[in-house]
Amino acid sequence: MANSIIQVQSVSKSYFRDTFEIPVLRNLSLEVHEGEFVALMGPSGSGKTTLLNLIAGIDRPTSGKLIVNGTDIATLNESALAKWRAANVGFVFQFYNLLPVLTAFENVELPLLLTSLSKAERKKHVHVALSVVGLADRMHHYPKQLSGGQEQRVAIARAIVTDPTILVADEPTGDLDKNSAAEVLTLLDRLNKEYKKTIVMVTHDPHAAEKASIIRHLDKGELQ
Amino acid sequence: MKIPLKYTVRNFKTRLLTTGITVAGITLVVFVFAAVLMMAHGIDKTLVATGSPDNVIIARKAATGEISSIVVNSDAAILFTLPHIAKTSDGRPLATSDVVVIINLEKTSGGLSNLTVRGVSPQAFTIRPQVKIVEGRIFRQGAREIVVGDAVARRYTGTKVGGQISFGGDKWTIVGRFEAGGSGFDSEVWGDSEQLQDAFNRRGGYSTVTLRLDDPKAYSEFKAAFDREQRLQQFEPKSEQQYYAEQSEAMSLFIRILGIFITVIFSAGATIGAMITMYAAVANRTVEIGTLRALGFRRRSILTAFLMESMLLSIIGGLIGIACASVLQFFSISTLNFGSFSELEFSFAMSPGIVVASLLFAAGMGFIGGFLPSVQASRLNIVNALRAG
Repeated sequence: MANSIIQVQSVSKSYFRDTFEIPVLRNLSLEVHEGEFVALMGPSGSGKTTLLNLIAGIDRPTSGKLIVNGTDIATLNESALAKWRAANVGFVFQFYNLLPVLTAFENVELPLLLTSLSKAERKKHVHVALSVVGLADRMHHYPKQLSGGQEQRVAIARAIVTDPTILVADEPTGDLDKNSAAEVLTLLDRLNKEYKKTIVMVTHDPHAAEKASIIRHLDKGELQ
Repeated sequence: MKIPLKYTVRNFKTRLLTTGITVAGITLVVFVFAAVLMMAHGIDKTLVATGSPDNVIIARKAATGEISSIVVNSDAAILFTLPHIAKTSDGRPLATSDVVVIINLEKTSGGLSNLTVRGVSPQAFTIRPQVKIVEGRIFRQGAREIVVGDAVARRYTGTKVGGQISFGGDKWTIVGRFEAGGSGFDSEVWGDSEQLQDAFNRRGGYSTVTLRLDDPKAYSEFKAAFDREQRLQQFEPKSEQQYYAEQSEAMSLFIRILGIFITVIFSAGATIGAMITMYAAVANRTVEIGTLRALGFRRRSILTAFLMESMLLSIIGGLIGIACASVLQFFSISTLNFGSFSELEFSFAMSPGIVVASLLFAAGMGFIGGFLPSVQASRLNIVNALRAG
């Protein structure tokens, strides 16, 4: 049995609107092992993205423990959490979230600016990441010069360039046509199988979820 | 690690209009700010250039300027007995006893204006070597002849060489034109001091006496001898350069205070402009901020990036403003000198200090205008920012 890399222990998350408490996750527990590809499915408002955000360290639980790669991230302060994210998490967003004024190369290089790598080393890493996603020949293109599928592949290159512990993907095919979506899913599958990346993916798409090794359903803030 | 500067710079291009308007506002304010400082510096420079550090001017202690100073003939004679006064080849003191009066003359641009007329001794051109005749000749002693400064010849009617002007109850023939190296003398008319004494009923004395020391380092010995002479206690010796610099103080201080007061009011508008631009930048790039934060960039990096953006905008505006203001150096204007109550022509003068002050002023506007939007950007909640798309 592989090591447990994500442990969500009795986590609850509520949002507050004025004096009203809106519970999103209720006493939820989940364990993800190293090298697993987990798909989180469920209807809108079920808490999938909230759970993903908590695992990725961009949101904090109201209660419970969140141990990712051995660190209880709920206890980290803002600055330490930012450092932790840079070292441990690769993000893939639904709308790619590439910075439009930077080229593909520069977008992929961004997370490496937070490391101590030299410029030459960064260049080498970016080349490797863009080669993995098959876009080494487009490195000097700006996002607007790329198709949606290519943009998402650049975003995946950005997510893997620091060799993070986990990849989190929020509806990675949600804005893509069928062919591009298939390419992106194949790429994620390859990253999981070939490069042993642990992936947690939120999706509405059953076809996308089929690529995952484990599918978990959420409803009303609870795992089914 | 900071967010790369190219991210900031390239974002300017994505909103050229608002960036351009903000830069233009800051350019305008910095232009006015620099122009005011250049004007005050120009006056300082002109009047400081009027005096020579090797010359000593003696005026009455209570006098606020040359026109209100009187040195009677007998006191002037005592002055010339003091040690360390340089001598001419024929053994006379190297000094000029000046009679300074003000007349009214019509300007080429219309209207009357005050003009300084200075009666000087023959040695005046020796102890003030920056004054050079460039057209015609020097006036003759004992004749109603005058020479006019270059600025006078340009700004007053009937002041060309060969012409005549009336003052002191007589007509005076202009026999020459001189240049004085951009100093205050350029705005004066010079004639024979005895002729001026006669025309203005000042037979008994002069306004000031300016003399050259045989050794500039001997000033303290000269001053000690001056202080020991009981008959000269109503007078005060000063370095000529210091004397004219003091004459410019009130004028340049007035211009600086008024000018800076006005530009600070203007700057409020430009700062608000920068603030609006930066708030718009934050609003347009909320998702990008969320993404950068998710990738691991800290709040401080976001704050710095947006503050840098605001300050860079302002510094660009500042540089353009300074460049535009530099063109003013090619222009001369005249104003009433508070020290002499007469017209003084001067040029706008740029200096490294003005460049630095203007850039700091511009950067300050950028910092103040960009601070709140930058703080807002850095404090965005990551999840909310990512959802803003």
